[in-house]
Amino acid sequence: MSNHSSQGLRKDEHIVIVGASLAGLRAAEALRRRDFAGQITIVGDEKYAPYDRPPLSKHVLTGHLPIEHTPLAMLEDVRATWILGVAATALDVEQRQLSLSNGERLHFDQLLIATGTRARPWPEERGGKLDGVFLIRDRDDSQQLRERLARKPGRVLIAGGGFIGCEVASVCRELDLEVTLVERGPTPLYGALGSSMGSIVARLQQQHGVDLRTRTTVESFEGDAAGRLCRARLSDGSVVEIDVAIVALGALHNTEWLQGSGLAADERGLVCDTYSRVLDAQGQVVEGIFTAGDVARWPQHLCDGDLIAVEHWGNAVDQAENAAGNMLSAETDYRAYKHIPAFWSSQFGINIKAVGLPNRGDEVMVTQGSVERYRFVAAYGRQGRIIAAVSFDQGRWLEAYNTLIEEGATYPPQLAAADQPENMQSQPAGFPAMARHA
Amino acid sequence: MTQKSKIDFKQILDHSHIANPYPLYAQFRETPVALQEDGSYLVSTYNEVVSLLHDPRISSDMRKSDAQKRFMQQAKQKREEMIAQGQQVEEPEEIVPAFIFQDPPNHDRLRRIVTSQLTPERVENMSSHIEQIVKEHLDKHAQGGQIDIVDDLAYPLPVTVICQLLGVPREDEAQFHAWAEPLASVLDPGQVQTEEQQKQIMQAGRQMREYMGQLLQKLKAQPGDNLLSGMMAADDIDGAMSPRELISTAVLLLIAGHETTVNLITNGTLAMLRSPELLERLRQDPELIITYVEELLRYDPPVHFRTRTALADIQIAGTTIPQGATIILVLASGSHDGQRFERSEELIPDRQGNEHLGFGSGLHYCVGAPLARVEAHIALGEISRRLIEPKLALDPPPYRDNAALRGPRHLPVNFKGLRS
Ligand SMILES: Cc1cc2nc3c(=O)[nH]c(=O)nc-3n(C[C@H](O)[C@H](O)[C@H](O)COP(=O)(O)OP(=O)(O)OC[C@H]3O[C@@H](n4cnc5c(N)ncnc54)[C@H](O)[C@@H]3O)c2cc1C
Ligand code: HEM
Repeated sequence: MSNHSSQGLRKDEHIVIVGASLAGLRAAEALRRRDFAGQITIVGDEKYAPYDRPPLSKHVLTGHLPIEHTPLAMLEDVRATWILGVAATALDVEQRQLSLSNGERLHFDQLLIATGTRARPWPEERGGKLDGVFLIRDRDDSQQLRERLARKPGRVLIAGGGFIGCEVASVCRELDLEVTLVERGPTPLYGALGSSMGSIVARLQQQHGVDLRTRTTVESFEGDAAGRLCRARLSDGSVVEIDVAIVALGALHNTEWLQGSGLAADERGLVCDTYSRVLDAQGQVVEGIFTAGDVARWPQHLCDGDLIAVEHWGNAVDQAENAAGNMLSAETDYRAYKHIPAFWSSQFGINIKAVGLPNRGDEVMVTQGSVERYRFVAAYGRQGRIIAAVSFDQGRWLEAYNTLIEEGATYPPQLAAADQPENMQSQPAGFPAMARHA
Repeated sequence: MTQKSKIDFKQILDHSHIANPYPLYAQFRETPVALQEDGSYLVSTYNEVVSLLHDPRISSDMRKSDAQKRFMQQAKQKREEMIAQGQQVEEPEEIVPAFIFQDPPNHDRLRRIVTSQLTPERVENMSSHIEQIVKEHLDKHAQGGQIDIVDDLAYPLPVTVICQLLGVPREDEAQFHAWAEPLASVLDPGQVQTEEQQKQIMQAGRQMREYMGQLLQKLKAQPGDNLLSGMMAADDIDGAMSPRELISTAVLLLIAGHETTVNLITNGTLAMLRSPELLERLRQDPELIITYVEELLRYDPPVHFRTRTALADIQIAGTTIPQGATIILVLASGSHDGQRFERSEELIPDRQGNEHLGFGSGLHYCVGAPLARVEAHIALGEISRRLIEPKLALDPPPYRDNAALRGPRHLPVNFKGLRS
């Protein structure tokens, strides 16, 4: 068992972090900032030092940001042993031991699991191995796609109209490439923002010349004799001639390696309590093992403690800080994780930002600005309370909405803002029925 | 619970506090949001001031406040009565409020056009002019004796600078000096004007607007590399500036940067002459002026409070500010909040992480901040460097009767001569 020597420097303690990306790095920094004097080991299966993912679907693809400039700034000297290019393959909770892909074993006193997510791959039998089909999750993905796009290919097809798909569509138009965006739902960003806001994005994309195919899916990709992608068959029976396809169908949580560990981990993520301590399959707290970032599923106070995984940058940073703090505290001093999710995305020259949990909203209402000009704020309501807000080029107001969400302010909101639209109307947010039970 | 506190805002307006209002602010902060007798709300703590400045439920448009609505109603009645009695009544001139008194979206459009023209290069290009102006004013006192930092340096500087930026011909500048003072009081929410003063303001306003109208005509025919020509030509997806908007914006740029910059230079001189050690440090380390000016904007700022109107009921710090109420945001008190700033009552010239409220915060954050900084860096830098054995002739100096835009009326300084 780890010795919770409260304020001591814990010189003899060994903390291991699995996952050498945003959450892992920020946690290590937080440990040192709190004067942890023991040993830190960071295990990551990528060969690179931690780097930033958001630019991978934005400025890296346009060519504005060279891939060498994506490493994350090290805010603190973490004095860690880095084991990179090596995956953790199993966890023995009893023995407090990890098995690694290089055959070694690693003992820990405390463990932080920050293995994040990966892109959902396209099935091989439907063309996933063809030259010209890309995923975007890591540096190499983005670098290779950048090189391909720079060679001015013919039409690009994007499967999936989530944030990453929309951002890549925007990049393609910026590079003056023909692009087809295929989305299963009625609008882009259907799952993230609902069809009401999504229809605004649809209009934006069409104005920018995106060939948008909603309520449609890709059946298969087909290649030539040399294995080069040349067309896609869509569910509406149409065939699109393409040179490049980008598969952006969401993410899978990296929890397979935890099978057999007894932890409550599955494809939806790794479950933890409000203190970021992981739970076992029986729902019992596992001492000394914490989690943070995209992989973590935690009880969200904004929606009655439902377990959710928040796959945004800000959550990885905040939860890493929370987990690190609790790792070094006596249980009586644990801090609960009360994060209000927030994210941003830039596409077609518009900065979209959101706070709260849009996809838990039933209704949505534009409260400020002008939809016409793509410069507005909209609030989401759930059971008479504001649960989220999204802004298009109006991020300056979100702080105030954040406070309203925290306070549980009523919906529809009584803002009377100076720039409120003339006829404000609440409308159904328009989410897939399933999203609310995710 | 709303508590009517013993904290009375009128105390700030009381001239006896003007030389040092900060102890009063410390009392204010014990009640972060305090209802006043006249129904307005005084906000004095850093977090509350900042949070309101970023809240979409507050307005800078005075036409939306209950008090202003009442006032307008009364004025209208008075006019109607006078007309009924057969008196000659002047129709009030319809003035487009400057964007400091407007809300989004129109505020944003006008501000975007200004910032697109008030570029870092334009500001940077002014610095050699500013050096020149400061030098000319100081050189008049080469033999030493007494200089009034206000009249002999701080007052003329910002008007000359803004005129050059706007594109006002040199020979017309003198008129601007005459208009600037009465007009600047328009920005002051705490000020009650006598009828005579109101007349002066109206007259200065009318004259300046007339002048600007003519100047714009000239610049339209012959555009130059200046702010006015740039703003006239600037496009915005929400529409270009109308001639009236151009005029009200030009007037705003003149007055918003006038008394404020004067006070910054004067307060900065006062503080360094009160502390020989500080003066010596500034001489030894000219780079220190940069953080020193930021600290001045926190410690003894030119703008002490601004007002807003609540557009909806706002819950804050355990109080509900009702819709229509006037909100008084005491920026200078927020900047002295010990919860936010360590050793908040001390002037620390190299303070780091100094997020003061000297230029406000949020969507009305001072447009002229980069220019004001350059002016203050140069003026204060030269004062500290050049004056030989400067001594305050009067301490405290006499203050202008103005609690919002607070600063000395005169700052006489005795000195032995000038370094070159
Ligand atoms: C293209 C793209 C664009 C994005 N844009 C935005 C945006 O605009 N705004 C926003 O808020 N968020 C954005 N995100 C999301 C954001 O990047 C993530 O939320 C963040 O990276 C999460 O950090 P993390 O450390 O939890 O997980 P990850 O960054 O996924 O890191 C997990 C690390 O663990 C490694 N790992 C996995 N399994 C093992 C194992 N068994 N052993 C060892 N190592 C393992 C992985 O290889 C990876 O390096 C974007 C993500 C992507 C991919
Ligand atoms: C030391 C000097 C200055 C100080 C302390 C100062 C301070 C401020 C403050 C506090 C505000 C916010 C007002 C509010 O929120 O209601 C403001 C706004 C403004 N200032 Fe300054 N100012 C200075 C110099 C200048 C100069 C030189 C200019 C002109 C070039 C200028 C132009 C403006 C304008 C136009 C606004 C309104 C901005 C808006 O409404 O969006 N200021 N200033």
